Amino acid sequence: MANNHAQAHAPAPLGGNLLTPFTLLLGVLSAIAVVILLYRFIYGLGAVTNINDGYPWGIWVAYDVVVGSALACGGFSIALLVYIFNKGQYHPLVRPALLASLFGYTLAGVSVIFDLGRWWNFWHIFWPGYAQVNSVMFEVAVCITAYILVMWIEFSPVFLEKLGMKDVKQKLNKLLFFVIALGVLLPAMHQSSLGSLLVIFGQQIHPLWQSGMLLPVIYLMTAILLGYAVVIFEATLSSTGFGRPLETKVLTPLSKIMVWLLAAYVALRVLDLLFRGALGTAFAADWQAFWFWVEMACFIAPLAILASEEARRSAARLFVGAVLLMLGGFLLRINGFLVGYMTGDGWSYFPSLAELMVTVGIIAFEILAYIVIVRNYPVLPAAQPATR
Amino acid sequence: MSETYIEETADAAETVASRLRIDRREFMQFCAATATTLGLSTGAEAAIAKAVEKAKRPSVIWLHFQECTGCTESLLRAEHPTLEKLILDVISLDYHETLMAAAGHQAEAARKAAMKANKGKYILVVEGAIPVAQKGIYCKVGGQTAVDMLKECAADAAAVIAIGSCASWGGMPSTDPNPTGASSAGDVLGKPVVTIPGCPPNPYNFLATAVHFLTFGKLPDLDALGRPKFAYGRIIHEHCERRAHFDAGRFAHEFGDEGHRKGYCLYKLGCKGPETYANCSTIGFGDVGESNWPVACGHPCIGCTEKGVGFAKPIHATAKLRGMSPPASYPGIVEQQGKTSFASAAALAAIAGAAAGGAAMLAKNLGKQDADQKPQQKGE
Amino acid sequence: MDRRTFFKASLAGGAALATGAASSPAQARGNNPMPPEAVGLLFDSTLCVGCKACVAACKEANGMPVEFSTRDQYWDTPLDISGKTLNVIKAYRDGNMEVKDREENGFAFIKKSCLHCVDPSCVSACPVSAMKKDAKTGIVTYDKEACIGCRYCIAACPFGVPRFTYDTPTPQISKCQLCVHLHKDGKYAACAEFCPTGATLYGQVSVLREEAQRRLAMKPGEQVEFPRGHLRAGQEKALQGAPEGKGEMRRQGWKDTSDQKYPGVAAQYLQHIYGEKEFGGTQMLMLSGVSFQKLGYPDLPPRSDAAVSETLQHTLYGGLIAPIAVLGALTFIAKRNVKPEDEEGEQHGK
Repeated sequence: MANNHAQAHAPAPLGGNLLTPFTLLLGVLSAIAVVILLYRFIYGLGAVTNINDGYPWGIWVAYDVVVGSALACGGFSIALLVYIFNKGQYHPLVRPALLASLFGYTLAGVSVIFDLGRWWNFWHIFWPGYAQVNSVMFEVAVCITAYILVMWIEFSPVFLEKLGMKDVKQKLNKLLFFVIALGVLLPAMHQSSLGSLLVIFGQQIHPLWQSGMLLPVIYLMTAILLGYAVVIFEATLSSTGFGRPLETKVLTPLSKIMVWLLAAYVALRVLDLLFRGALGTAFAADWQAFWFWVEMACFIAPLAILASEEARRSAARLFVGAVLLMLGGFLLRINGFLVGYMTGDGWSYFPSLAELMVTVGIIAFEILAYIVIVRNYPVLPAAQPATR
Repeated sequence: MSETYIEETADAAETVASRLRIDRREFMQFCAATATTLGLSTGAEAAIAKAVEKAKRPSVIWLHFQECTGCTESLLRAEHPTLEKLILDVISLDYHETLMAAAGHQAEAARKAAMKANKGKYILVVEGAIPVAQKGIYCKVGGQTAVDMLKECAADAAAVIAIGSCASWGGMPSTDPNPTGASSAGDVLGKPVVTIPGCPPNPYNFLATAVHFLTFGKLPDLDALGRPKFAYGRIIHEHCERRAHFDAGRFAHEFGDEGHRKGYCLYKLGCKGPETYANCSTIGFGDVGESNWPVACGHPCIGCTEKGVGFAKPIHATAKLRGMSPPASYPGIVEQQGKTSFASAAALAAIAGAAAGGAAMLAKNLGKQDADQKPQQKGE
Repeated sequence: MDRRTFFKASLAGGAALATGAASSPAQARGNNPMPPEAVGLLFDSTLCVGCKACVAACKEANGMPVEFSTRDQYWDTPLDISGKTLNVIKAYRDGNMEVKDREENGFAFIKKSCLHCVDPSCVSACPVSAMKKDAKTGIVTYDKEACIGCRYCIAACPFGVPRFTYDTPTPQISKCQLCVHLHKDGKYAACAEFCPTGATLYGQVSVLREEAQRRLAMKPGEQVEFPRGHLRAGQEKALQGAPEGKGEMRRQGWKDTSDQKYPGVAAQYLQHIYGEKEFGGTQMLMLSGVSFQKLGYPDLPPRSDAAVSETLQHTLYGGLIAPIAVLGALTFIAKRNVKPEDEEGEQHGK
C-alpha cells in the first residue's frame, strides 16, 4: 500500500501546451515590464516612477519586495508544517509551494535590484567594511539573499530528477535537513524584519500600524498566514487552471491551522492597538482609518467564512477565505509602508502607469514561469484517478 | 482729435517758449522729464505744456527757518529747467529769503502784499524746522517767531509743502536732546502737510510735485506721512543696485577693503537702505545719472529722509529691515510636491476589477462543485 | 515524531531563544552621546530676514546646480531642499503678516537643512555605511561611492532632510554636510559665513548652546549684542597663537575676520531650544518666536528612533546567538523528520 501511495503521489511534469492565450498574455506583460525597466536603467527612476522625496519608497518596494516576498511564503509555511511539525499529509503541497516561493522570492530580489538607485554597488551590503550591521535593511537583504540561494538548493532535486542526475541528488538529500532548517529560520528572520524596517520611522508611521517592538511578530504571523493562504489559492487555481481534481482533502485540515493562527493574530493586533491607545484613531474621518477597516475586514472575514469544519470542506469557501486573507496581508503591508506613512504635508504619491506595469509584468512573469516549470518538471503530484 | 491736440500742444509750447525766451524743444524736454519723474503716462507732457502755458503763474511763498539752505541749494542745481530761467517764470516766487533781491522790512512787506493779493491761492513752501521751545524764541524773522510766521502764512495758503527733512519731521535740528524743540511744519500747524523729506531731497521730487499740482490742480498720491508716493513709495533696499550682493551675502566689512572696492553691499557698514523710503537710488543727484548717490559712491545710506533713522541712529549701526513680509513666491513651510497619475489609477482600478471579477467567478464555480459533491460525500 | 518529542524539541528551541535573548546585549540601547567637540549651527529665526544669502552661499560652496520653480528661468528659486539644493529658507505666514516672529497675523523665516542629529536615524538605517557620523566633529557625512541608493535614509529621517536626484540613471543622496570639504582650507559652513544678521552661527555645539541660553534670558526689546559668522569660545586666543603663527587657526589659515558683533534688539523668543533634547539632540539648534511645529519641525520624543530600532535588532540577533540557537533546534527537529527517501513523496509518521 505504501508503494502504491508513493507512486500515486509521485510528482511528474504536467505536460500539455505551453502556448495558450493566457501564457501569451503573460509573455506580453512580462515583455512590457522588461522594456520599461530598460528605460529605467537608461534614464533613471524619476523618468519611470512617481516616487519622490516625500515617498521615496513606492510600490516597487512596498508591493514587489515586501508584499511579494510575503506572498511567496508558501514554501516557508509548508516546510514549517511538514518538516518541523511533522505533518506529513501536507507533503504533496511542498513542491508546488516551493516553486511559487522560489520565483516569488527571486523576483522580489530582482525587484530590489531595479529599485536601488545605485544598484551597481549592491554587493556592498555583503562586504565587510561597507556592511552596517545595525541596519534592519542589512539583515533583511542578507537573509533574503541567503534564502533565495537556499530555495534554489531546496528545489534543485526537481531539476536534478529531470536531468537524471541521481547521484548528485542523493548527496544533496543527505544535507537536506540542514537546508530545510535554514529554509525555516531565514524567512522567519527576514519576514519579521520586513516589519522591523518600520520601527526606525517612529511617529512617521500612523499609530494604527506603528506597533513598535511587536512589528516583527505581526509581520511574521501574517507571513505564515499568507503562506497558507497562498498555498490554498495556488492549489485551487492550479487545479481549475490545469483541469485537475481539487485538493480539498488536504487543504481542509490546513485551513484549520490557518484559522487558529488567524484568530491569534487578530487578537494580538487588536490588543496591541488597545494597549497603545491607538484604536481611537481608527474612527477618524480620514483615509488611514478607512483602509484600516478594510484591512481588518479582510482578516476577520475568513474567520467567519471558515469557522466550522463543514465550511472548511467547501472549496469555494476555502478559496474566498484564502483570497481575503491574502488581501489582508497585502493591505497590512501597503498600509504600513504607504498609506500610513505620514511623511508630512504637501507630498503625494500614486504609482505611475509605468511603475504599475512593471509590477504587473513581474507578477505575470512569475505565473508564466510557474506554468512553464510545472508543465516541464516534476512538481505537481501525478494525476489521481477520476473517482476519489 | 489727436491732430487738434498736437496743434494745441505745439501752440502752447510756442507761446511758453517765446515768453521764456527758450527753445521750444528745451521746454518740451522739461515737460517730458517732469512727466517721467512723476511716473505719468505718455501724453502727460502735453498736458503739462498746456498747463504751464495757460496758468497765470501761481504765487509761491517760501519760508526759511532752522535750516542750512541745502534744500534751496539742491533746487539751484536743477538742470531741467535751470532754476532762474524756468521755475522763477513758471511760478511767481514772491518771497524767498535767499533768492529775492529785497531785504529787511521791504521783503516782509512784499510777502504780505503777495499773500493778500493771492489769498487762498498761493503755495506755501517751508524749509527748515520750527523751534517751539520757550515760545519759539530760537528763530525769529523780523521780530516775529517762526511759529507765528508759519501759522500766519499757512492760514490762507492753497497748499503747504514742507521741503527737506527739517520741515518734514524735524531733521537734524531735532536730534536728541533737541534743546530748541525743533518740530516739523505739520506738527506746528496741527494738520498734515505735503512733505518732501531728504537732506537735501532730490530737487526733482519737489519740482515734480509742484508741477503736478499746477497741471492737474491736485497733489500726487501721498502716503500716510504726506510724502508723494512716486518718490517715497519704496525703501532704498528694494531698488538698490547693490541688492544682488546683499542677497548673495557679499558685503564690505571695512572702508577700502576688497569687498568695498568691488562695490559689495554696505549693509554691514550700517547702510540704512533697508529702512529708508526714498528714490535716491533711481534718480541719483546732480543730474549725472543714477551712479551719483551715497551708496554708489561707497558710503552707506544714512537714512536722511526717515524720522527715527536719519540723525537718530548711528551711521554705522545695522539697519532693521522694514517691510520684509515675504512675497507670494517665497517658499512656504508646505509646498505641494508629487505627481498624480490618472492613467495609472484607471489601470489599477481595471486590474483590481478584473481580478475581483475573476475570483468571484471562480468562487461561484467552486461553489457549484461543492454542491455537486455534497450528495456524494453524504453517501460515503 | 510523537507529541512528547515535539514538546521536548519546542522547549529546547524556546529555551535556546530565551538564552539568546538574555545573553545578547539586550539592554535597551540608549541614545548615542554627542562627541564633546561636536560642531554645529545655531539658527535664530528672529534674526533671519529671509535674504537667502545662505542659500546662494551654500549652492556656490557645494557646487550645486541652479533650481528653477518659475516659468521664466532667470535665477535659482528652490522651494525646498532637493537633489539640487542643500539649504533653503522658508517663510511662515499667517493672516495679514503684520508683525515678524508673531504667530498670529505675523510671519517668520526658518532654515531647512540637515540637523546633524546626535543619534541619527539615517546612520542607523544605512545598510552600507554611506551615512556616517564623524566621531570627533559629529558631522553626518554621505559617501556616494558606498551608497546603493536604497533610500532608507530618506524614509527614516523624521525631518525629511536627505533628498535624492531621481532624474538621472546615476542618482545620489543630497544633504548638507556642514561644508566639511572646506574645513581643510580653514573655512566653515558657508551659510554661517555669509549670513548678514548672524541668524546662522557656526561653532562648537556646547558654545552655541550657551549662546542660545543667553538669548532666551534676554528681555524682549532689550539692547543686546549679536555675533555673526563663527562663534568661538575663549579658546580663540589659544587657537590663534602668537603672530609668528604657532596656533591651530593660523596653521589652518583661518580667513575669518573679527567676530563681527553688532548691536541689536532682542525679540520675543519662545522659551525653547529646538534640538536640545528632541530625538536625542541635534547639532543644529534653533530659536524662534513662532512654534516650531508651525515652522515645519516635528515634536519629537527625547528617545531617538535609532535607539529603538537597534535595541530591537540587538535583542533578536545580537551576536547571532538567538539565530544560531534556533537553527540548532530546527536542525535537530528536521533531521529527525526528514528521511533521505523523502523526496520520493512517501508519507511518514503523523
